[in-house]
Amino acid sequence: MSITASNINKTFGDYRALIDVNLEVPEGKLVSLLGPSGSGKTTLLRILAGLEFPDDDGGGSVSFHGVDVTRTTAGKRGVGFVFQHYALFRHMTVENNVSFGLRAKPARQRPDKAAIKARVRELLQLVQLDGLQQRYPSELSGGQRQRVALARALAVEPKVLLLDEPFGALDARVRKDLRWWLRKFQEEIGITTVFVTHDQEEALELADSVVVMNNARIEQVGDPQTVYDRPASPFVYEFLGDVNRIDGLGPAGVPLYIRPHEIRLCFAAEAPVARSARVLHLFAAGPTARVTLKLDGSDRPLTVDATREQVDDMALQPGDVVGVQWPGQIERAAPPVS
Amino acid sequence: MNSEAANQRTQAAPDPKPDKARRLSRRVIPGFGLSMGITITWLTLMVLIPLAAVFIRTSGMGWEEFWRAVTSRQVVASYKVTFGVSLLAAMTNAVFGFIVAWILTRYRFPMRKLVDALVDLPFALPTAVAGLALTALYAETGWLGQLFYPLGIETAYSRTGIFIALTFIGLPFVVRTVQPVLEDFDREVEEAAASLGAGRLRTFVSVVLPALVPALLTGFALAFARAVGEYGSVIFISGNMPMRTEITPLVIVKHLENYNYPHATAVACVMLVASFAMLLVVNLLQRWSESIGQARG
Amino acid sequence: MAGIITRASSPPPPAPATSARAATAEPAWIRWLLITIGVGFLVFFLLLPLVAIFHEAFKRGVALYFATFQDQYALHAIRMTLTVAAISVPLNLLFGLAAAWAITKFTFRGKSLLVTVLDLPFAVSPVIAGLMFVLIFSTTHGWLADPLRNADIQIIFALPGIALATVFITLPFIARELIPVMQAQGRDEEYAALTLGAGGWRTFLTVTLPNVKWGLFYGVVLCNARAMGEFGAVAVVSGNIKGRTSTMPLYIETLYFEYQSAAAFALASVLSLLAVATLALKNFIEWRAARARFKA
Repeated sequence: MSITASNINKTFGDYRALIDVNLEVPEGKLVSLLGPSGSGKTTLLRILAGLEFPDDDGGGSVSFHGVDVTRTTAGKRGVGFVFQHYALFRHMTVENNVSFGLRAKPARQRPDKAAIKARVRELLQLVQLDGLQQRYPSELSGGQRQRVALARALAVEPKVLLLDEPFGALDARVRKDLRWWLRKFQEEIGITTVFVTHDQEEALELADSVVVMNNARIEQVGDPQTVYDRPASPFVYEFLGDVNRIDGLGPAGVPLYIRPHEIRLCFAAEAPVARSARVLHLFAAGPTARVTLKLDGSDRPLTVDATREQVDDMALQPGDVVGVQWPGQIERAAPPVS
Repeated sequence: MNSEAANQRTQAAPDPKPDKARRLSRRVIPGFGLSMGITITWLTLMVLIPLAAVFIRTSGMGWEEFWRAVTSRQVVASYKVTFGVSLLAAMTNAVFGFIVAWILTRYRFPMRKLVDALVDLPFALPTAVAGLALTALYAETGWLGQLFYPLGIETAYSRTGIFIALTFIGLPFVVRTVQPVLEDFDREVEEAAASLGAGRLRTFVSVVLPALVPALLTGFALAFARAVGEYGSVIFISGNMPMRTEITPLVIVKHLENYNYPHATAVACVMLVASFAMLLVVNLLQRWSESIGQARG
Repeated sequence: MAGIITRASSPPPPAPATSARAATAEPAWIRWLLITIGVGFLVFFLLLPLVAIFHEAFKRGVALYFATFQDQYALHAIRMTLTVAAISVPLNLLFGLAAAWAITKFTFRGKSLLVTVLDLPFAVSPVIAGLMFVLIFSTTHGWLADPLRNADIQIIFALPGIALATVFITLPFIARELIPVMQAQGRDEEYAALTLGAGGWRTFLTVTLPNVKWGLFYGVVLCNARAMGEFGAVAVVSGNIKGRTSTMPLYIETLYFEYQSAAAFALASVLSLLAVATLALKNFIEWRAARARFKA
């Protein structure tokens, strides 16, 4: 099921959480809402779920597969929502947590007890937790709780899966494992999925499409390669990956943004077009070497990712003066902030 | 819920500004109207209207009569006893309550848990029972009275007796407001002070104490407010002698027993204003205390 | 003004250093001096009175103690106290649940004002609490004197007046116990239940209520203890007519001033047991909460 949100505005008191947000999530895709804290990403997700409503006077609407659900409450939208801290019912066993949505159905639609039990089992097998039916949430690890929350959300066969910082509360190793598991899982069942994250690596590695948000607005929407390679704004540039900002080098004096691996080093005398810079620090780990330079006429340190071979060939030492150049300097200049 | 929202939308459509009713219908968690309705109705019926009755009744009597009622010699003497002894009791509780909170959070000693549990006794024990027990203890023949009377200290049927009762009922307030702050207090701050060469006393006075002052004052104000309104425990032990050991609540009761409703109401009005002023002070102190807590966190 | 401040039970304090004293510990003699002062203060002001009640109650023998409960006036006072509690506790339970739900699950303007009004009964002297209801319902001097006389309804100097005054005094207790617990739970579990299609009542009964059951239970027990023990407010509205409008605390006073002190202490010992049981329950619940936190 596709999701369309248009002209969404949301204010909390005087605070504007979302300003004129428009979003399209195609059916079956895995989309991430990426941004720093306070950018409005979680508010947008909650509006999609029906846990918040857009401002009345903003004229915003949310529709699922073309059907307007703006006024529909959370329980009737058919969304599965996984909360950042899971929000498992702590006084219920895993089995009762997962079956909650089924048991809450009106009597006529409610499956019988045996069917509920079978369904819970099936779901727990899906999330690889079969056998833990009688445990309480407090007896599970973080990763297990996460998967129970997922199974619970899926029990009511939602058309859309929404996850708020799904890996935020997990430690680094579990995080990576679960990330790949979720990607595989989503592909298998093909459910339209939106997840919120502040971790750019997570968004870029996992999502079909990344929605970058900042200050209550969407900055850019695109597939991971596009948003990384062709950021639409200085914010996206700085938020996604390492970037050098060089003041006054772009057209009309706007800053120039350039990624460390895009900069080439050469001997100062060789290339007349290059700018000269002095090496401040060198560090080589694995095949790449990170070189920190001071560019003439700039106060900010410039970082460059060079190959280790190149650093060895040039016999770079701190204090050396080198030339730096980058391709397509002019079109790399960031557009002015709107 | 859903159709309700839709209804209100169409009705409110001509209205350029979003009206309240429409906003309320858009709350995600259900039950706002019901729970708020019960809460407001019950508070209005049981608290606001009865309290208003005191003020409205008072406003019905002339200023001169009111003034005469609230400044008669007997009443003024009762203010002095009530507020003076309450102040002393609250100060005593501030000192000893602080020590109790300190030893409960910082030290380990036998039966600490039991001592901790005992602190709440005045919250749970009926005031009449407390008054009865204290009188038995501190009367001339009582276990403790026997110790004090030979020294010339009349512990029962005197202002000292009132002081004992008011200290009893106000005791938990200081302990229970200071204790959580002390528990949350970051020991690293003390270690920092110690590492900078401050002695233990200096660390306490210039690092620990300032952080506890708002909680201590809040507990003091709560104990004082509670003491000023107290009735049950005092009347057993005070002897109730007009001009000497008569507290203001008892003056109100005596007026009522004489069917002197206007004077009872007038004195009650003065007490209420004092209570509200203290409630305000407590709220301000708590806000201050919270802001300090946030700054530290 | 919080009458009862429930705390999360305290972590055990660090063990005192044995040989080398830590930089943030006091010398042993100061430690023990403070412990002696603090514990001594509590013994004199709290423990001894409690012991004295039982001592006085049994001083003249067990037979006399139990004879107290044969007295028809005492029995009536006990019945009266139980009735008043049975009326006021359920009313305040209903109110407490509604108020805690409204205050913790929603954001609205004027919330802090509402909480202040909720705390007002803590700030008002019990005597004034009684007076308020006399001013409204007295058949001689009250606002509603005429209609009440005409309808022959007696509120003051009767059970309804006692119940009203008790409801006022105990009004904040259950709400005040529930609010911090429900605040700590947050709203996520309710949101989760709603996204899973559960309605409001189902969410309340199967998700919210089980989570706060211990806090609720303690609130009810505390409210009950206060309802049974209220003296000042009830003294003003009841008229304290032996065998008709006397409650246990009032009858204790009557007995005491009639020089039947053993009987007064016998009745007082029952209310003291109730208080001790309430405290025990409070500590049990805090111990459970601390254990649950430790497990989680």
